Amino acid sequence: MIARPLDVQLLNACAALLLLVSFAMLAQRRVVALVNLLAIQGGLLCMATLLLAWRSGQHHLYVSAALTFGLKVCFLPWLLYRLIRRLEVYWDTEPMLNVAGTMLTGLITVIFAFGLAQPIAALGTTAARNGLGVAVAVIFLAFITMITRRKAMSQVVGFLSMENGLFFGAMSATYGMPMIVELGVALDVLVAMLVLGVFFFQIREQFDSLDLGHLESLKENP
Amino acid sequence: MNAVTWITQIVEALVALTAAPLFVGWVNQCRAWLQNRRAPSIWLPYRGIGKLFMKDALIADSASPLFRAAPYIVFGLMVTAAAIIPSMGTRLPFTSVADAIALVGLLAAARFFISLAAMDIGTAFGTLGARREMLVGFLAEPALLMVIFVASMISATTALPLIAERLATQDFALYPSLAFTAVAFTMVLLAENARIPIDNPATHLELTMIHEAMLLEYSARHLALMEWAAALKLFNYACIGFALFIPWGIPPGEVGPELLAASLPVLAAKLAVAGAGLALIETVSAKLRVFRAPEFLASAFIFAVLGMLVHLLLEN
Repeated sequence: MIARPLDVQLLNACAALLLLVSFAMLAQRRVVALVNLLAIQGGLLCMATLLLAWRSGQHHLYVSAALTFGLKVCFLPWLLYRLIRRLEVYWDTEPMLNVAGTMLTGLITVIFAFGLAQPIAALGTTAARNGLGVAVAVIFLAFITMITRRKAMSQVVGFLSMENGLFFGAMSATYGMPMIVELGVALDVLVAMLVLGVFFFQIREQFDSLDLGHLESLKENP
Repeated sequence: MNAVTWITQIVEALVALTAAPLFVGWVNQCRAWLQNRRAPSIWLPYRGIGKLFMKDALIADSASPLFRAAPYIVFGLMVTAAAIIPSMGTRLPFTSVADAIALVGLLAAARFFISLAAMDIGTAFGTLGARREMLVGFLAEPALLMVIFVASMISATTALPLIAERLATQDFALYPSLAFTAVAFTMVLLAENARIPIDNPATHLELTMIHEAMLLEYSARHLALMEWAAALKLFNYACIGFALFIPWGIPPGEVGPELLAASLPVLAAKLAVAGAGLALIETVSAKLRVFRAPEFLASAFIFAVLGMLVHLLLEN
Protein backbone atom coordinates (compact mmCIF):
# COMPACT_ATOMS: atom_id res chain seq x y z
CA MET A 1 0.00 0.00 0.00
CA ILE A 2 1.47 3.32 -1.11
CA ALA A 3 1.26 6.05 1.48
CA ARG A 4 -0.42 9.14 0.13
CA PRO A 5 -0.34 12.76 1.27
CA LEU A 6 -3.02 13.68 3.75
CA ASP A 7 -4.81 16.16 1.50
CA VAL A 8 -5.33 13.54 -1.22
CA GLN A 9 -6.68 11.21 1.45
CA LEU A 10 -9.05 13.93 2.61
CA LEU A 11 -10.11 14.50 -1.00
CA ASN A 12 -10.88 10.81 -1.35
CA ALA A 13 -12.84 10.91 1.90
CA CYS A 14 -14.89 13.81 0.49
CA ALA A 15 -15.55 11.80 -2.67
CA ALA A 16 -16.66 8.80 -0.63
CA LEU A 17 -18.99 10.97 1.46
CA LEU A 18 -20.47 12.50 -1.73
CA LEU A 19 -21.36 9.00 -2.86
CA LEU A 20 -22.86 8.22 0.55
CA VAL A 21 -25.02 11.37 0.46
CA SER A 22 -26.28 10.40 -2.99
CA PHE A 23 -27.33 7.03 -1.62
CA ALA A 24 -29.04 8.71 1.32
CA MET A 25 -30.97 10.85 -1.18
CA LEU A 26 -32.10 7.71 -2.94
CA ALA A 27 -33.52 6.32 0.29
CA GLN A 28 -34.95 9.53 1.73
CA ARG A 29 -38.62 10.26 1.24
CA ARG A 30 -39.06 13.42 3.29
CA VAL A 31 -38.62 16.43 1.04
CA VAL A 32 -37.10 18.66 3.75
CA ALA A 33 -34.48 16.02 4.55
CA LEU A 34 -33.79 15.70 0.84
CA VAL A 35 -32.99 19.40 0.66
CA ASN A 36 -30.78 19.08 3.77
CA LEU A 37 -28.87 16.33 2.01
CA LEU A 38 -28.51 18.53 -1.05
CA ALA A 39 -27.01 21.27 1.11
CA ILE A 40 -24.60 18.76 2.68
CA GLN A 41 -23.64 17.58 -0.79
CA GLY A 42 -22.94 21.18 -1.78
CA GLY A 43 -20.82 21.64 1.34
CA LEU A 44 -18.78 18.52 0.57
CA LEU A 45 -18.30 19.70 -3.00
CA CYS A 46 -17.11 23.08 -1.73
CA MET A 47 -14.65 21.38 0.63
CA ALA A 48 -13.35 19.11 -2.14
CA THR A 49 -12.87 22.14 -4.41
CA LEU A 50 -10.93 23.98 -1.70
CA LEU A 51 -8.70 20.95 -1.09
CA LEU A 52 -8.06 20.56 -4.80
CA ALA A 53 -7.29 24.26 -5.16
CA TRP A 54 -4.82 23.99 -2.29
CA ARG A 55 -3.32 20.85 -3.76
CA SER A 56 -2.96 22.04 -7.36
CA GLY A 57 -2.35 25.76 -6.82
CA GLN A 58 -5.04 26.64 -9.38
CA HIS A 59 -6.42 29.92 -8.12
CA HIS A 60 -9.61 29.93 -10.15
CA LEU A 61 -10.74 26.92 -8.13
CA TYR A 62 -11.02 29.16 -5.05
CA VAL A 63 -13.53 31.25 -7.01
CA SER A 64 -15.56 28.20 -7.95
CA ALA A 65 -15.45 27.03 -4.34
CA ALA A 66 -16.88 30.38 -3.25
CA LEU A 67 -19.49 30.14 -6.01
CA THR A 68 -20.41 26.62 -4.89
CA PHE A 69 -20.76 27.77 -1.31
CA GLY A 70 -22.89 30.78 -2.11
CA LEU A 71 -25.13 29.07 -4.62
CA LYS A 72 -25.37 25.43 -3.59
CA VAL A 73 -24.99 25.59 0.16
CA CYS A 74 -26.82 28.84 0.91
CA PHE A 75 -29.06 30.17 -1.83
CA LEU A 76 -30.62 27.15 -3.53
CA PRO A 77 -31.45 25.28 -0.30
CA TRP A 78 -32.95 28.48 1.09
CA LEU A 79 -35.05 28.87 -2.04
CA LEU A 80 -36.16 25.25 -1.83
CA TYR A 81 -37.07 25.53 1.88
CA ARG A 82 -39.16 28.58 1.05
CA LEU A 83 -40.91 26.77 -1.78
CA ILE A 84 -41.56 23.75 0.45
CA ARG A 85 -43.13 25.98 3.09
CA ARG A 86 -45.29 27.86 0.63
CA LEU A 87 -46.37 24.84 -1.37
CA GLU A 88 -46.70 22.64 1.73
CA VAL A 89 -45.12 19.53 0.21
CA TYR A 90 -43.39 17.67 3.01
CA TRP A 91 -43.59 14.04 1.94
CA ASP A 92 -43.05 12.40 -1.37
CA THR A 93 -45.51 9.68 -2.27
CA GLU A 94 -44.48 6.05 -2.20
CA PRO A 95 -41.62 5.66 -4.70
CA MET A 96 -42.18 3.46 -7.72
CA LEU A 97 -39.71 0.88 -6.43
CA ASN A 98 -39.43 -0.02 -2.73
CA VAL A 99 -36.44 1.32 -0.83
CA ALA A 100 -34.40 -1.89 -0.85
CA GLY A 101 -35.03 -2.35 -4.57
CA THR A 102 -33.99 1.21 -5.33
CA MET A 103 -30.83 0.84 -3.25
CA LEU A 104 -29.85 -2.39 -4.98
CA THR A 105 -30.45 -0.80 -8.40
CA GLY A 106 -28.29 2.09 -7.21
CA LEU A 107 -25.56 -0.30 -6.15
CA ILE A 108 -25.46 -1.97 -9.58
CA THR A 109 -25.40 1.45 -11.20
CA VAL A 110 -22.44 2.48 -9.04
CA ILE A 111 -20.51 -0.63 -10.07
CA PHE A 112 -21.30 0.18 -13.71
CA ALA A 113 -20.19 3.80 -13.24
CA PHE A 114 -16.92 2.79 -11.60
CA GLY A 115 -16.19 0.36 -14.42
CA LEU A 116 -17.00 3.07 -16.94
CA ALA A 117 -14.75 5.65 -15.33
CA GLN A 118 -11.75 3.45 -14.61
CA PRO A 119 -10.13 3.57 -18.09
CA ILE A 120 -10.74 7.32 -18.33
CA ALA A 121 -9.31 7.92 -14.87
CA ALA A 122 -6.24 5.87 -15.77
CA LEU A 123 -5.39 8.47 -18.42
CA GLY A 124 -5.80 11.39 -16.04
CA THR A 125 -2.98 13.18 -14.28
CA THR A 126 -4.88 15.22 -11.70
CA ALA A 127 -4.70 14.50 -7.98
CA ALA A 128 -8.40 13.74 -7.88
CA ARG A 129 -8.65 11.53 -10.97
CA ASN A 130 -10.10 8.70 -8.93
CA GLY A 131 -13.02 10.97 -8.12
CA LEU A 132 -14.24 10.67 -11.70
CA GLY A 133 -15.86 7.32 -10.96
CA VAL A 134 -17.62 8.82 -7.97
CA ALA A 135 -18.78 11.75 -10.11
CA VAL A 136 -20.28 9.45 -12.75
CA ALA A 137 -21.91 7.40 -9.98
CA VAL A 138 -23.42 10.54 -8.42
CA ILE A 139 -24.85 11.55 -11.80
CA PHE A 140 -26.42 8.12 -12.31
CA LEU A 141 -27.80 8.02 -8.76
CA ALA A 142 -29.34 11.45 -9.30
CA PHE A 143 -30.94 10.07 -12.47
CA ILE A 144 -32.45 7.21 -10.49
CA THR A 145 -33.68 9.68 -7.86
CA MET A 146 -35.43 11.65 -10.60
CA ILE A 147 -36.86 8.56 -12.27
CA THR A 148 -38.29 6.95 -9.14
CA ARG A 149 -39.93 10.06 -7.68
CA ARG A 150 -43.31 11.46 -8.56
CA LYS A 151 -43.27 14.83 -6.85
CA ALA A 152 -41.83 17.71 -8.87
CA MET A 153 -39.93 18.95 -5.82
CA SER A 154 -37.85 15.80 -5.35
CA GLN A 155 -37.19 15.61 -9.08
CA VAL A 156 -35.72 19.10 -8.94
CA VAL A 157 -33.52 18.07 -6.02
CA GLY A 158 -32.35 15.14 -8.14
CA PHE A 159 -31.61 17.52 -10.99
CA LEU A 160 -29.49 19.76 -8.76
CA SER A 161 -27.68 16.74 -7.37
CA MET A 162 -26.90 15.71 -10.93
CA GLU A 163 -25.39 19.13 -11.55
CA ASN A 164 -23.23 18.62 -8.45
CA GLY A 165 -22.03 15.34 -9.90
CA LEU A 166 -21.13 16.99 -13.23
CA PHE A 167 -19.25 19.72 -11.42
CA PHE A 168 -17.30 17.19 -9.37
CA GLY A 169 -16.54 15.19 -12.52
CA ALA A 170 -15.16 18.24 -14.32
CA MET A 171 -13.10 19.09 -11.27
CA SER A 172 -11.57 15.66 -10.85
CA ALA A 173 -10.86 15.16 -14.56
CA THR A 174 -9.39 18.54 -15.50
CA TYR A 175 -9.33 20.79 -12.40
CA GLY A 176 -12.65 22.35 -13.32
CA MET A 177 -14.08 23.91 -16.44
CA PRO A 178 -12.95 27.30 -17.73
CA MET A 179 -14.25 30.06 -15.52
CA ILE A 180 -16.62 31.43 -18.14
CA VAL A 181 -18.31 28.04 -18.57
CA GLU A 182 -18.56 27.57 -14.84
CA LEU A 183 -20.19 30.97 -14.40
CA GLY A 184 -22.54 30.18 -17.26
CA VAL A 185 -23.58 26.87 -15.72
CA ALA A 186 -24.10 28.47 -12.33
CA LEU A 187 -26.32 31.11 -13.92
CA ASP A 188 -28.21 28.41 -15.83
CA VAL A 189 -28.89 26.46 -12.66
CA LEU A 190 -30.03 29.61 -10.89
CA VAL A 191 -32.40 30.61 -13.68
CA ALA A 192 -33.67 27.06 -14.09
CA MET A 193 -34.40 26.96 -10.37
CA LEU A 194 -36.29 30.25 -10.44
CA VAL A 195 -38.30 29.21 -13.50
CA LEU A 196 -39.07 25.83 -11.95
CA GLY A 197 -40.24 27.65 -8.83
CA VAL A 198 -42.81 29.45 -10.95
CA PHE A 199 -43.69 26.17 -12.67
CA PHE A 200 -44.42 24.53 -9.33
CA PHE A 201 -47.11 27.06 -8.62
CA GLN A 202 -48.54 26.61 -12.11
CA ILE A 203 -48.57 22.83 -11.80
CA ARG A 204 -50.24 23.00 -8.43
CA GLU A 205 -52.87 25.43 -9.67
CA GLN A 206 -53.68 23.11 -12.55
CA PHE A 207 -53.77 19.80 -10.69
CA ASP A 208 -54.03 20.69 -6.98
CA SER A 209 -50.87 18.67 -6.40
CA LEU A 210 -47.24 18.50 -7.36
CA ASP A 211 -47.53 14.87 -8.41
CA LEU A 212 -46.20 14.70 -11.95
CA GLY A 213 -48.16 11.53 -12.57
CA HIS A 214 -51.09 13.85 -13.32
CA LEU A 215 -49.27 15.27 -16.32
CA GLU A 216 -49.86 12.00 -18.12
CA SER A 217 -53.59 12.59 -18.19
CA LEU A 218 -53.33 15.96 -19.95
CA LYS A 219 -54.67 14.74 -23.28
CA GLU A 220 -57.60 12.72 -22.07
CA ASN A 221 -59.57 15.37 -20.23
CA PRO A 222 -58.99 18.74 -21.78
CA MET B 1 4.11 -22.79 20.75
CA ASN B 2 5.18 -23.43 24.29
CA ALA B 3 3.47 -23.74 27.61
CA VAL B 4 3.40 -19.99 28.17
CA THR B 5 1.36 -19.28 25.03
CA TRP B 6 -1.08 -22.01 25.96
CA ILE B 7 -1.51 -20.56 29.43
CA THR B 8 -2.00 -17.15 27.85
CA GLN B 9 -4.61 -18.65 25.55
CA ILE B 10 -6.49 -20.18 28.47
CA VAL B 11 -6.33 -16.92 30.38
CA GLU B 12 -7.73 -15.09 27.34
CA ALA B 13 -10.68 -17.49 27.10
CA LEU B 14 -11.31 -17.20 30.85
CA VAL B 15 -11.25 -13.42 30.61
CA ALA B 16 -13.83 -13.60 27.82
CA LEU B 17 -15.98 -15.93 29.93
CA THR B 18 -15.94 -13.70 32.97
CA ALA B 19 -16.05 -10.36 31.16
CA ALA B 20 -19.04 -11.21 28.96
CA PRO B 21 -21.78 -11.01 31.66
CA LEU B 22 -20.02 -7.99 33.11
CA PHE B 23 -20.18 -6.29 29.71
CA VAL B 24 -23.92 -6.98 29.48
CA GLY B 25 -24.31 -5.60 33.01
CA TRP B 26 -22.40 -2.47 32.02
CA VAL B 27 -24.58 -1.91 28.93
CA ASN B 28 -27.72 -2.31 31.04
CA GLN B 29 -26.35 0.08 33.64
CA CYS B 30 -25.52 2.74 31.03
CA ARG B 31 -28.92 2.31 29.48
CA ALA B 32 -30.64 2.82 32.81
CA TRP B 33 -28.60 5.98 33.47
CA LEU B 34 -29.44 7.39 30.04
CA GLN B 35 -33.12 6.69 30.59
CA ASN B 36 -33.15 8.34 34.04
CA ARG B 37 -33.83 5.09 35.81
CA ARG B 38 -32.02 3.74 38.85
CA ALA B 39 -29.34 1.48 37.46
CA PRO B 40 -29.24 -2.20 38.36
CA SER B 41 -25.98 -3.51 39.76
CA ILE B 42 -23.33 -4.30 37.19
CA TRP B 43 -23.10 -7.80 38.75
CA LEU B 44 -26.75 -8.58 38.12
CA PRO B 45 -26.14 -10.86 35.11
CA TYR B 46 -23.79 -12.98 37.28
CA ARG B 47 -26.40 -13.27 39.97
CA GLY B 48 -29.02 -14.25 37.40
CA ILE B 49 -26.78 -16.95 35.95
CA GLY B 50 -25.79 -18.17 39.43
CA LYS B 51 -29.39 -18.37 40.55
CA LEU B 52 -30.38 -20.33 37.45
CA PHE B 53 -27.59 -22.85 38.04
CA MET B 54 -29.02 -23.59 41.51
CA LYS B 55 -32.45 -24.53 40.23
CA ASP B 56 -33.83 -27.84 39.03
CA ALA B 57 -34.24 -28.10 35.28
CA LEU B 58 -37.68 -28.75 33.80
CA ILE B 59 -37.87 -30.16 30.32
CA ALA B 60 -40.95 -30.58 28.17
CA ASP B 61 -42.17 -34.13 27.52
CA SER B 62 -41.84 -33.76 23.78
CA ALA B 63 -38.23 -32.62 23.94
CA SER B 64 -35.70 -34.59 21.92
CA PRO B 65 -32.04 -35.08 22.95
CA LEU B 66 -31.19 -32.15 20.67
CA PHE B 67 -33.09 -29.82 22.99
CA ARG B 68 -30.93 -30.91 25.94
CA ALA B 69 -27.71 -30.79 23.96
CA ALA B 70 -28.27 -27.40 22.31
CA PRO B 71 -27.27 -25.19 25.28
CA TYR B 72 -23.96 -27.03 25.66
CA ILE B 73 -23.28 -26.92 21.92
CA VAL B 74 -24.11 -23.22 21.63
CA PHE B 75 -22.08 -22.34 24.71
CA GLY B 76 -19.15 -24.41 23.46
CA LEU B 77 -19.26 -22.75 20.04
CA MET B 78 -19.29 -19.31 21.63
CA VAL B 79 -16.31 -20.14 23.87
CA THR B 80 -14.41 -21.46 20.82
CA ALA B 81 -15.21 -18.27 18.95
CA ALA B 82 -14.03 -16.21 21.93
CA ALA B 83 -10.73 -18.12 21.90
CA ILE B 84 -10.28 -17.55 18.16
CA ILE B 85 -11.01 -13.83 18.18
CA PRO B 86 -7.81 -11.90 18.95
CA SER B 87 -9.11 -9.85 21.84
CA MET B 88 -5.87 -9.71 23.84
CA GLY B 89 -3.11 -11.15 21.64
CA THR B 90 -2.64 -11.96 17.99
CA ARG B 91 -0.27 -14.93 18.15
CA LEU B 92 -2.12 -17.40 20.31
CA PRO B 93 -2.61 -21.07 19.44
CA PHE B 94 -6.32 -20.76 18.77
CA THR B 95 -6.25 -17.53 16.81
CA SER B 96 -4.51 -19.26 13.91
CA VAL B 97 -6.81 -22.27 13.58
CA ALA B 98 -9.65 -20.41 11.89
CA ASP B 99 -9.84 -17.32 9.71
CA ALA B 100 -12.61 -14.76 9.75
CA ILE B 101 -14.82 -16.68 7.32
CA ALA B 102 -14.68 -19.81 9.46
CA LEU B 103 -15.47 -17.62 12.45
CA VAL B 104 -18.62 -16.36 10.74
CA GLY B 105 -19.42 -20.01 10.09
CA LEU B 106 -19.02 -20.82 13.79
CA LEU B 107 -21.44 -18.05 14.72
CA ALA B 108 -23.86 -19.30 12.06
CA ALA B 109 -23.63 -22.83 13.49
CA ALA B 110 -24.58 -21.48 16.93
CA ARG B 111 -27.58 -19.73 15.39
CA PHE B 112 -28.57 -22.92 13.59
CA PHE B 113 -28.58 -25.00 16.78
CA ILE B 114 -30.39 -22.41 18.84
CA SER B 115 -33.10 -22.19 16.17
CA LEU B 116 -33.42 -25.98 15.88
CA ALA B 117 -33.77 -26.28 19.64
CA ALA B 118 -36.46 -23.59 19.62
CA MET B 119 -38.44 -25.50 16.97
CA ASP B 120 -37.89 -28.82 18.73
CA ILE B 121 -40.67 -28.48 21.31
CA GLY B 122 -43.18 -27.41 18.70
CA THR B 123 -44.71 -24.46 20.50
CA ALA B 124 -45.89 -21.52 18.43
CA PHE B 125 -43.56 -19.04 20.09
CA GLY B 126 -40.42 -21.08 19.66
CA THR B 127 -41.09 -21.61 15.97
CA LEU B 128 -41.93 -17.95 15.49
CA GLY B 129 -38.74 -16.86 17.20
CA ALA B 130 -36.64 -19.33 15.24
CA ARG B 131 -38.07 -18.21 11.92
CA ARG B 132 -37.46 -14.57 12.73
CA GLU B 133 -33.94 -15.34 13.89
CA MET B 134 -33.21 -17.07 10.61
CA LEU B 135 -34.69 -14.12 8.69
CA VAL B 136 -32.40 -11.71 10.52
CA GLY B 137 -29.45 -14.07 10.30
CA PHE B 138 -29.57 -14.71 6.59
CA LEU B 139 -29.67 -10.98 5.91
CA ALA B 140 -27.00 -10.06 8.45
CA GLU B 141 -24.48 -12.68 7.41
CA PRO B 142 -23.69 -11.34 3.91
CA ALA B 143 -23.27 -7.87 5.38
CA LEU B 144 -20.88 -9.21 8.03
CA LEU B 145 -18.89 -11.15 5.42
CA MET B 146 -18.69 -8.07 3.21
CA VAL B 147 -17.38 -6.05 6.17
CA ILE B 148 -14.69 -8.66 6.75
CA PHE B 149 -13.81 -8.76 3.05
CA VAL B 150 -13.12 -5.01 2.98
CA ALA B 151 -10.75 -5.30 5.93
CA SER B 152 -9.14 -8.35 4.31
CA MET B 153 -8.61 -6.49 1.05
CA ILE B 154 -6.88 -3.67 2.89
CA SER B 155 -4.61 -6.00 4.82
CA ALA B 156 -4.36 -8.79 2.19
CA THR B 157 -5.34 -11.64 4.52
CA THR B 158 -8.53 -13.20 5.86
CA ALA B 159 -7.04 -14.21 9.19
CA LEU B 160 -8.50 -11.93 11.83
CA PRO B 161 -5.34 -11.68 13.98
CA LEU B 162 -3.23 -10.73 10.96
CA ILE B 163 -5.80 -8.14 9.88
CA ALA B 164 -5.67 -6.59 13.34
CA GLU B 165 -1.88 -6.70 13.39
CA ARG B 166 -1.42 -5.10 9.97
CA LEU B 167 -4.02 -2.42 10.51
CA ALA B 168 -2.51 -1.54 13.89
CA THR B 169 1.10 -1.36 12.74
CA GLN B 170 0.85 0.41 9.38
CA ASP B 171 1.25 4.16 8.86
CA PHE B 172 -1.69 6.35 9.66
CA ALA B 173 -4.09 6.65 6.74
CA LEU B 174 -7.69 7.71 6.30
CA TYR B 175 -9.90 4.86 5.16
CA PRO B 176 -13.37 6.02 4.11
CA SER B 177 -14.06 2.38 3.27
CA LEU B 178 -13.39 1.28 6.84
CA ALA B 179 -15.63 4.07 8.13
CA PHE B 180 -18.48 2.81 5.95
CA THR B 181 -17.94 -0.77 6.98
CA ALA B 182 -17.78 0.26 10.65
CA VAL B 183 -21.31 1.64 10.30
CA ALA B 184 -22.40 -1.57 8.57
CA PHE B 185 -20.78 -3.67 11.29
CA THR B 186 -22.53 -1.73 14.05
CA MET B 187 -25.86 -2.37 12.34
CA VAL B 188 -25.08 -6.08 12.04
CA LEU B 189 -24.02 -6.19 15.69
CA LEU B 190 -27.33 -4.65 16.77
CA ALA B 191 -29.33 -7.08 14.65
CA GLU B 192 -27.39 -10.22 15.53
CA ASN B 193 -27.38 -9.59 19.26
CA ALA B 194 -31.09 -8.82 19.48
CA ARG B 195 -30.53 -5.20 20.44
CA ILE B 196 -33.08 -2.46 20.08
CA PRO B 197 -33.81 -1.49 16.51
CA ILE B 198 -34.46 -5.15 15.71
CA ASP B 199 -35.38 -6.79 19.02
CA ASN B 200 -35.75 -5.60 22.59
CA PRO B 201 -33.65 -7.65 25.01
CA ALA B 202 -35.39 -6.22 28.08
CA THR B 203 -38.96 -7.35 27.53
CA HIS B 204 -41.03 -10.39 26.80
CA LEU B 205 -43.45 -8.58 24.50
CA GLU B 206 -44.96 -11.57 22.81
CA LEU B 207 -45.56 -10.18 19.37
CA THR B 208 -42.19 -8.59 18.78
CA MET B 209 -39.66 -10.80 20.49
CA ILE B 210 -37.08 -12.79 18.58
CA HIS B 211 -34.33 -14.01 20.86
CA GLU B 212 -36.45 -14.37 23.99
CA ALA B 213 -39.06 -16.36 22.11
CA MET B 214 -36.50 -19.04 21.35
CA LEU B 215 -35.52 -19.44 25.00
CA LEU B 216 -39.03 -19.65 26.46
CA GLU B 217 -38.93 -23.42 26.96
CA TYR B 218 -35.56 -23.45 28.68
CA SER B 219 -35.10 -23.37 32.45
CA ALA B 220 -32.40 -23.60 35.11
CA ARG B 221 -28.91 -24.59 33.95
CA HIS B 222 -29.90 -24.78 30.28
CA LEU B 223 -31.26 -21.24 30.41
CA ALA B 224 -28.21 -20.06 32.32
CA LEU B 225 -25.93 -21.46 29.60
CA MET B 226 -28.05 -19.92 26.86
CA GLU B 227 -27.95 -16.51 28.53
CA TRP B 228 -24.26 -16.78 29.15
CA ALA B 229 -23.80 -17.75 25.48
CA ALA B 230 -25.82 -14.69 24.43
CA ALA B 231 -23.59 -12.48 26.58
CA LEU B 232 -20.52 -14.13 25.05
CA LYS B 233 -21.92 -13.51 21.59
CA LEU B 234 -22.20 -9.79 22.29
CA PHE B 235 -18.69 -9.80 23.71
CA ASN B 236 -17.40 -11.68 20.65
CA TYR B 237 -18.98 -9.26 18.24
CA ALA B 238 -17.53 -6.33 20.17
CA CYS B 239 -14.09 -7.93 20.00
CA ILE B 240 -14.39 -8.59 16.25
CA GLY B 241 -15.24 -4.90 15.91
CA PHE B 242 -12.17 -3.91 17.95
CA ALA B 243 -9.92 -6.16 15.87
CA LEU B 244 -11.22 -4.69 12.62
CA PHE B 245 -11.65 -1.03 13.42
CA ILE B 246 -9.66 -0.08 16.54
CA PRO B 247 -6.87 -2.67 16.67
CA TRP B 248 -4.47 -0.48 18.61
CA GLY B 249 -3.51 -1.91 21.97
CA ILE B 250 -3.64 -5.57 20.98
CA PRO B 251 0.02 -6.53 21.38
CA PRO B 252 1.41 -7.79 18.05
CA GLY B 253 3.74 -10.76 17.90
CA GLU B 254 4.26 -13.47 20.50
CA VAL B 255 2.66 -12.70 23.80
CA GLY B 256 3.72 -13.59 27.29
CA PRO B 257 1.83 -13.03 30.53
CA GLU B 258 3.25 -9.53 31.02
CA LEU B 259 1.96 -8.30 27.62
CA LEU B 260 -1.37 -9.88 28.37
CA ALA B 261 -1.53 -7.94 31.60
CA ALA B 262 -0.80 -4.78 29.64
CA SER B 263 -3.52 -5.42 27.06
CA LEU B 264 -6.21 -6.13 29.65
CA PRO B 265 -6.75 -2.46 30.69
CA VAL B 266 -6.88 -1.45 27.00
CA LEU B 267 -9.53 -4.09 26.34
CA ALA B 268 -11.47 -2.96 29.42
CA ALA B 269 -11.36 0.67 28.26
CA LYS B 270 -12.53 -0.27 24.76
CA LEU B 271 -15.36 -2.38 26.20
CA ALA B 272 -16.42 0.45 28.52
CA VAL B 273 -16.62 2.93 25.63
CA ALA B 274 -18.30 0.45 23.29
CA GLY B 275 -20.85 -0.48 25.96
CA ALA B 276 -21.71 3.16 26.59
CA GLY B 277 -22.02 3.73 22.82
CA LEU B 278 -24.26 0.70 22.46
CA ALA B 279 -26.48 1.94 25.30
CA LEU B 280 -26.66 5.36 23.62
CA ILE B 281 -27.71 3.86 20.27
CA GLU B 282 -30.33 1.77 22.00
CA THR B 283 -31.68 4.77 23.89
CA VAL B 284 -32.01 7.12 20.95
CA SER B 285 -33.49 4.64 18.49
CA ALA B 286 -36.95 3.12 18.46
CA LYS B 287 -37.65 -0.51 17.81
CA LEU B 288 -38.45 -1.23 14.19
CA ARG B 289 -41.38 -3.30 13.09
CA VAL B 290 -40.27 -6.84 12.36
CA PHE B 291 -40.97 -6.41 8.67
CA ARG B 292 -38.75 -3.34 8.52
CA ALA B 293 -35.78 -5.43 9.69
CA PRO B 294 -34.90 -6.51 6.11
CA GLU B 295 -34.70 -2.85 5.12
CA PHE B 296 -32.39 -2.13 8.06
CA LEU B 297 -30.12 -5.02 7.16
CA ALA B 298 -30.25 -4.20 3.46
CA SER B 299 -28.86 -0.78 4.32
CA ALA B 300 -26.12 -2.46 6.35
CA PHE B 301 -25.27 -4.59 3.33
CA ILE B 302 -25.27 -1.55 1.07
CA PHE B 303 -22.97 0.32 3.44
CA ALA B 304 -20.56 -2.62 3.39
CA VAL B 305 -20.62 -2.98 -0.40
CA LEU B 306 -20.19 0.77 -0.76
CA GLY B 307 -17.16 0.51 1.51
CA MET B 308 -15.73 -2.17 -0.76
CA LEU B 309 -16.38 -0.13 -3.91
CA VAL B 310 -14.85 2.97 -2.38
CA HIS B 311 -11.81 0.92 -1.41
CA LEU B 312 -11.46 -0.47 -4.93
CA LEU B 313 -11.78 2.91 -6.61
CA LEU B 314 -10.20 5.40 -4.27
CA GLU B 315 -7.71 3.59 -2.12
CA ASN B 316 -5.40 1.73 -4.44
